[in-house]
Amino acid sequence: MLSRNLKNVSIYHSVFIMFVFCSARGRASSPVWVADTARASSSVGHAAGARQAVLSGGPGPGRESSQGCSFPLLGMFPELNNLLNTTPDQAEQGKLTLLCDAKTDGSFLVHHFLSFYLKANCKVCFVALIQSFSHYNIVGQKLGVSLTTARECGQLVFLEGLKSAVDVFFRPQEEPHPLQFLREANSGNLQPLYEFVQEALKPMDSGEAAWRCPVLLVDDLSVLLSLGVGAVAVLDFIHYCRATVCREWKGNVVALVHDSGDAEDEENDILLNGLGHQSHLILRAEGLATGFCKDVHGQLRILWRRPSEPTAQRDRSLTYQYKIQDKNVSFFAKGMSPAVL
Amino acid sequence: MAAAATCGTGTRSTGSMVVSASRNSVTSFQRRGPRASGTDSGCSRLVSIAGTRPSVRNGQLLVSTGLPALDQLLGGGLAVGTVLLIEEDKYNIYSPLLFKYFLAEGIVTGHTLLVASAKEDPADILQELPAPLLDDNCKKECDEDIYNHKTESNIKMKIAWRYQLLPKMEARPVSSSRFGHYYDVSKRIPQELIEASKWHGFFLPEKISSTLNLEPCSLNHSYIKLLQFIQNIIYEEGFDGSNPQKKQKNILRIGIQNLGSPLWGDDICWTENCDSNHSLTKFLYMLRGLLRSSLSACIITVPTHLIQNKAIIARVTNLSDTVVGLESFIGSEKETNPFYKDYHGLIHIRQIPQLNNLIYDVSDVKDLAFKLKRKLFTIERLHLPPDLSDTVSRSSKQDLAESAKLLGPGCGMTARGKKHLDF
Repeated sequence: MLSRNLKNVSIYHSVFIMFVFCSARGRASSPVWVADTARASSSVGHAAGARQAVLSGGPGPGRESSQGCSFPLLGMFPELNNLLNTTPDQAEQGKLTLLCDAKTDGSFLVHHFLSFYLKANCKVCFVALIQSFSHYNIVGQKLGVSLTTARECGQLVFLEGLKSAVDVFFRPQEEPHPLQFLREANSGNLQPLYEFVQEALKPMDSGEAAWRCPVLLVDDLSVLLSLGVGAVAVLDFIHYCRATVCREWKGNVVALVHDSGDAEDEENDILLNGLGHQSHLILRAEGLATGFCKDVHGQLRILWRRPSEPTAQRDRSLTYQYKIQDKNVSFFAKGMSPAVL
Repeated sequence: MAAAATCGTGTRSTGSMVVSASRNSVTSFQRRGPRASGTDSGCSRLVSIAGTRPSVRNGQLLVSTGLPALDQLLGGGLAVGTVLLIEEDKYNIYSPLLFKYFLAEGIVTGHTLLVASAKEDPADILQELPAPLLDDNCKKECDEDIYNHKTESNIKMKIAWRYQLLPKMEARPVSSSRFGHYYDVSKRIPQELIEASKWHGFFLPEKISSTLNLEPCSLNHSYIKLLQFIQNIIYEEGFDGSNPQKKQKNILRIGIQNLGSPLWGDDICWTENCDSNHSLTKFLYMLRGLLRSSLSACIITVPTHLIQNKAIIARVTNLSDTVVGLESFIGSEKETNPFYKDYHGLIHIRQIPQLNNLIYDVSDVKDLAFKLKRKLFTIERLHLPPDLSDTVSRSSKQDLAESAKLLGPGCGMTARGKKHLDF
């Protein structure tokens, strides 16, 4: 019966499913669900996402979702928040998240985390090495955050790699620049970059608790390898950032690394394995094993890890397929794409 | 809603595009200006740059690559501020053609050119550009072609009637428009057009003779010279908006030939682990930084089939925006393969940039082949020729399976799956 309803894609049936699940989970926010459904571009995607959330066994271990959690109507991908069991109000702290993509483009994950942490009222230092500021700004506006206002009020510290690289290369100055390694002959170290991050995210001593926790976001680390920095130097940089941002200041670090797959990039593999070993959450966007598909753009693997506890309970792993739309990414279980059903 | 709005913006005039810009900023179809951060002129003025048009999808400013078929595959054209990387074919026969089309388009639309080469003098390269097919010439020379095609298209398909509904790719010139022109490869561009255009040449043997007093850097000296040359031109001629007195904005078209080959002093084509492993990738990164902050578009041809280290090819692809690979049949076993007898090679669109957007235009057609006719370079969807033999023997079926494997699953650009799976 469910499959027949989903084929018709009628709003009434989806709303019915919504109400069933809302009551099952004891949420009081059903009006929000209705508004969301009416507005969403693919209501079927929402239904599938909600169904999956119930089937996955409820909230993750050690994390209770609050009763009155509000799903933002505009925003970073609400379905991904649902899958990760987080909301901007109760973002976790002290975590290293690794984003990796293999044979596809995982930059939508970067946009998600950027808008997520800005909405969560965290202080964000974004090291954007691969695209210009206006690119992230325009996509961020689609997701409901304005990077220009965040930058002006001090919530966002943006290092635009492309512009700074041109500056440091053609107009060298005396004082150290975060991208100083571009002028060096041998594989430099990333200490100036670390000091830049440290300066940007250090907590204000004035006592005003303006922002919740510091977050470092890097897009992406594989570019540093292309620029002549060794894999070990990049691992050292992340290690220093983790020690300062995650441990000392109870913040988060999110980094994107490309997986070269069969291109035999040894340095990249060293970097990816080293980071995968120390991260708490790994989000891996892959292409489908069967090749290109217009309706399913790829597959997302989520892996929760406990690197600090050796005898921890079994790491949890989930796999979803996704389709990227203009302002949203819809997730569904494998084979449950609305185009296929 | 998305589809209707796309059609709507396609037919609206530029005046109403500005009106839509004043609407609520949440809608994604607001017309946005180009990403050149230095320019402070309004959106409407930039549309008046000759030879450019805003993209329907995200308002990005696009220029034509010189081949309207390639423009269509790239989602309307090449975005200003991005790099088009052409992976050369094995004997470097067809990639110079694409290079010349790009430059010829720049001359016809009045853009400034910057040609860099280590092999040929840029003045010689400009002499060999194809002649543009203007309106009156076009009608005369293509009438015969059109006549032949017209009789074919009127025949309705009786057996394979499903294929009638497939979109047809434009293989022949229909009309000359302001964006994208057609060129006659058998003729040379008229001398007066070259003289009327503004161009800068960078010929490596001339520039490298002077001694350099630069601190040692992991970047190749020739690349450093080229970067400084490009940066000088951009700065002096105001392409990055640094010169506000310039009234008429223009686009700078940069063409760099055979980048990464030993002629540029780079040894990635010789050994797998060399000292200057990062020269080319660093150069591409700095070039990207220069382009993103100026009104320019760049075409680069790289002999990727010579690069020994596969990791470098992957990094080069990641650092470029649009990547098109050419694979010609000359010298390979495919030359004698009857399935490819109508074509000269395959063209692979390996990567399309995702600018100011979460998604990008993905063309449905994955198997594309090119053919160099006497006057035109055409890109068509690959058709297998019909099997007209009297007896359909088992061996021919075997060949079919073999060639189909060569085409199939590896062609996706958003997500590439495992190669051994075939359908």
